[in-house]
Amino acid sequence: MDNIDKNLLSIIQKDFPVCSRPFQEIGEKLGITEDETVARLSELKEQGIIRRLGAIMDSRKLGYKSTLCAMEVPSDNLSQVVKVVNDYIGVTHNYLRNHDYNLWFTLITPSQGHLEKTLRDIEKRTGQKVYNLPALRLFKIKVNFHVPGVKGGEG
Amino acid sequence: MFNDLDKAIIKEIQGDLPLVAQPYREIASRLGISEQELLEKIKEFQKQGYIRRFGAALRHREMGLKANPMIIWQVPEERIEEVGNKLASFARVTHCYHRAMLPKLQYNVFSMIHAETKEECFKLAKEMAEVINIEDYNLLFSEKELKKTSMKYFMED
Repeated sequence: MDNIDKNLLSIIQKDFPVCSRPFQEIGEKLGITEDETVARLSELKEQGIIRRLGAIMDSRKLGYKSTLCAMEVPSDNLSQVVKVVNDYIGVTHNYLRNHDYNLWFTLITPSQGHLEKTLRDIEKRTGQKVYNLPALRLFKIKVNFHVPGVKGGEG
Repeated sequence: MFNDLDKAIIKEIQGDLPLVAQPYREIASRLGISEQELLEKIKEFQKQGYIRRFGAALRHREMGLKANPMIIWQVPEERIEEVGNKLASFARVTHCYHRAMLPKLQYNVFSMIHAETKEECFKLAKEMAEVINIEDYNLLFSEKELKKTSMKYFMED
């Protein structure tokens, strides 16, 4: 990744143009052509650095319910539990963390009823308790990352 | 709230934008509308806040951000609002929420940061602790990413 790539990542995280020729507009900011912009983006995608290019919707505004869940899973059960949890399309993130509560996942569902049903379903299928930690108050959600090496890239 | 066309548009734009010179024209043609109409709809969704952000979702681990702790804080009830807002003002904090405490996890404010090293995280957590004047906190590092996808909305109908 050179400096142009880093600046490109920084730009497309927050100011992706909604216009007829978006890659031309981005290229102009970086001093490269539309073709080179597309080629660089293809390469960054190939490398796995860009996961997706598109809209990140606000789940609450769409009427969906989301929550964070924690589970305390014995290590010999872990792979089986992970398989069950990851099975749900509403489970978008799932991480192993360094705590007795070792499994942490986020769940997004179309309604509160659906959310509660999913949690009961996971408990039934795994035989493990799911701790439900919905946000009582949201202070911040901003997922454009600081690109290492880009000054002021935190936006 | 959303008509069929709105839902069809959301289903398309929550996917991956094609890497062609006129990506919106390609999506619009799949939807049977004009490029202009699609661009206007996207801008409208942005204005109304249905789209939180339009752009790239990156794999931060591949970018060198390998230390991704949830920093959790034990905050007295009456200070939650103040502390939450102060934590949110740190540029490196991407998420910050008030959540309930658990039997084995007596922390009620949850914040996320992403950095290159664990040392950097401990340093930043210490700085945050000083600013908010909270001594009891913990860093839960993600040891393994087991799933990371974008939510697909309106797929149930």
